[in-house]
Amino acid sequence: MSLTGIVRPYGDTTGDGRVQLSFTLPVPFGDEAERARAEGAALQLAAKMGLDPAMVVHAKGMGPDFTFFIVYGRVSHLVDLSAVTVAEREFPVLPAAEVNLRIRSALGRKLVVVGACIGTDAHTVGIDAILNVKGHAGEKGLEYYREIRVVNMGSQVGVADLVARAAAEHADAVLVSQVVTQRDAHLSNTREMSAAFHAAFGLQRPVLVVGGPRFDPSAAQDLGVDKIFGRGTTPSEVASYLVHALTPDAAQRGAA
Amino acid sequence: MTGKLNLDPALVAQARELAKRAAAPVVKLARTHTTVSVERAVLRLAGLDGADEDGMPWVNRLADAVRESTGLEHGVALPVWDAMLTGGYPDLRTLAVDAAAGLVKFRQPAGHEGNAARDTAARSVKKGMTRIDAQRAERDRMLAATSDPPMPWIYLIVATGDIYEDIPQAQAAAREGADIIAVIRSTGQSLLDYVPEGATREGYAGTYATQENFRLMRAALDDTSRELGRYIRLTNYASGLCMPEIASLAGLERLDMMLNDCMYGIIFRDINPVRTFIDQRFSRQVHARAGIVINTGEDNYLTTADAVDAAHTVVVSQLLNEYFGREAGLADGQLGLGHAFEINPEVPDSFMLELAHAQLIRELFPDAPLKYMPPTKHMTGNVFAGYLLDAFFNLCGVMTDQSILLIGMMTEGIHTPFLSDRDLALENVRYVRRAAGQLGQEFRPEPDGLVARRARQVLGESVDLLRKIGSQGLLNAIAAGTFGVTKRPPDGGRGLDGVVERADGYFNPAADQLETTPLEAKQ
Repeated sequence: MSLTGIVRPYGDTTGDGRVQLSFTLPVPFGDEAERARAEGAALQLAAKMGLDPAMVVHAKGMGPDFTFFIVYGRVSHLVDLSAVTVAEREFPVLPAAEVNLRIRSALGRKLVVVGACIGTDAHTVGIDAILNVKGHAGEKGLEYYREIRVVNMGSQVGVADLVARAAAEHADAVLVSQVVTQRDAHLSNTREMSAAFHAAFGLQRPVLVVGGPRFDPSAAQDLGVDKIFGRGTTPSEVASYLVHALTPDAAQRGAA
Repeated sequence: MTGKLNLDPALVAQARELAKRAAAPVVKLARTHTTVSVERAVLRLAGLDGADEDGMPWVNRLADAVRESTGLEHGVALPVWDAMLTGGYPDLRTLAVDAAAGLVKFRQPAGHEGNAARDTAARSVKKGMTRIDAQRAERDRMLAATSDPPMPWIYLIVATGDIYEDIPQAQAAAREGADIIAVIRSTGQSLLDYVPEGATREGYAGTYATQENFRLMRAALDDTSRELGRYIRLTNYASGLCMPEIASLAGLERLDMMLNDCMYGIIFRDINPVRTFIDQRFSRQVHARAGIVINTGEDNYLTTADAVDAAHTVVVSQLLNEYFGREAGLADGQLGLGHAFEINPEVPDSFMLELAHAQLIRELFPDAPLKYMPPTKHMTGNVFAGYLLDAFFNLCGVMTDQSILLIGMMTEGIHTPFLSDRDLALENVRYVRRAAGQLGQEFRPEPDGLVARRARQVLGESVDLLRKIGSQGLLNAIAAGTFGVTKRPPDGGRGLDGVVERADGYFNPAADQLETTPLEAKQ
């Protein structure tokens, strides 16, 4: 199968274009007339989304005012793989031993990471998955790396507290996680955080890294941070990025 | 139901004794101190509500004014009701407005003026207690007029941020089978040192707990309870910096269950440990009086620590919560001890280990309405796999006779649940109950099989840890990171500046009336 060509969704046959979809409409699903109208409404939405033909395989009333649908259908859209853009990873993922070695030879001390959930977000699963020894997806977290010192401030940390702690700990990097947010609070929180670090440290600020499932990984510059990690990021990716960001020109510095 | 695991009764008794030894010094601390929120709760029970134009509640304004002028070590009641009497104020609100403007000079009244202030304060607070008692009776009346659903009660969360969106969602969930509705709070609320006022429509990942929101939701669920002929319980959170006040508002507005853990705020919100234990005791006394079932938060430990390695920390915390709860007057039937289904599904025999943990807790606390929490940590974006995991959670819950099942959402960690997520989740639990509801009665683990051995191992580890905590002291154990892998020193965290040591002659009419909670709550 070509990786640069044209593809369609795959149901059970190449090119069949079959997809599944579920959604709720605020329509009743009571008597026969209401049911027919609800299914018609679902098919209309499916058609407007490009599913043709579409089939409502499941419809269920939820209370007097709502209906849930599962729809299968064929999309006519083509996916042009040559037009797909991905943010290439600008750094290699390194094993833990290599990360430790590079930190030791480039910095000559431990690399200090301060992590927190900021704003109102109380969900520490993301930051804990990256920082705690326990780790995530079969990988140990940053606390496990001998040459990384981790300060995990936990949840609902104020930006001023984060800045003060980063200064007190001489942080090389600050990791901020935002998991569950509403009304784009993760974006405003991140901007507030990056502005505070820029104001407090100027060019000497620590590397700023944010992560969470709602972020667009390509928006780092817009948010004033150095790196954004999305869903499914593992500790070794973060550790490798930190090594990349904090030690690349170590050889030059050593020579000067 | 008990006796499937061959637990050693002597070891169980020893665990309880060790928990008592670890917790007793903390109870003493709570009896000899007060907090700003305990004092504000006294004012709330006496009927002071509302807020100034900046949204700061009058209870905060008045308590702050008293603290500035005479301190809080004698309690807020004497200076406040002395000022009411000497200033001829018609009500607390008028006094609070003047006090906030700096127009009131508070003092510690003595002699017969002190007695007058004491009597008036006690009478004012008694009105709040009477209302709490009336609400408790009203709950009994509603239960009789509708019906009390069989256990396990199905517990569902709404969390839109807007009370007027929450209400139809809660009613829809009840019609679909939910027995308990929990309105998740805006996540920032636990760190606010005041309770917001009025009906609110803006919250983050939840809706603010306010007296008016409580009232609106309870009224709506009363309508739905009558419509369905089944009493729908309402849950909120007595946690964070305003735990005592929120507990009081819950009693006044007839909430039925409240999240109220002895250590959750310390570990997960970095609230000062001393503040938490003082606030907790008062709030539990209120809950005892109000007939409110508390829900504890041990499930949270398993979201930071590994669910197999840390299983015994759950049991230890439950034993501490039980001791603190009983000491504050809660009946065993009001102790909704929490735990969770959080073992990594990649671990071999993970379901059998879950069965062992859940059955162990059922047997340790036979009369407690245990609250069982669904998987969160190992829910991925694969909603189909998540739906399967939730079904196994439901199965474990019915097999081990859990009392309250919080219903898992296949979209856990992705977004606040869609209407359809909730509907599918209820379909899941209804199927499991229908298909396997009686399985618990026939489920007999092998006496020396994996399940029974694992349960006995966790109990043994719990006793070892309790012994260690007893020798180092609970506050030191928390500081050392014993729970939730998080270290919280007793002089750290938020809210320590709101802790005040009681002076001789400290007077708190609410605490006095709560110490003599009616007998039926203590049975």
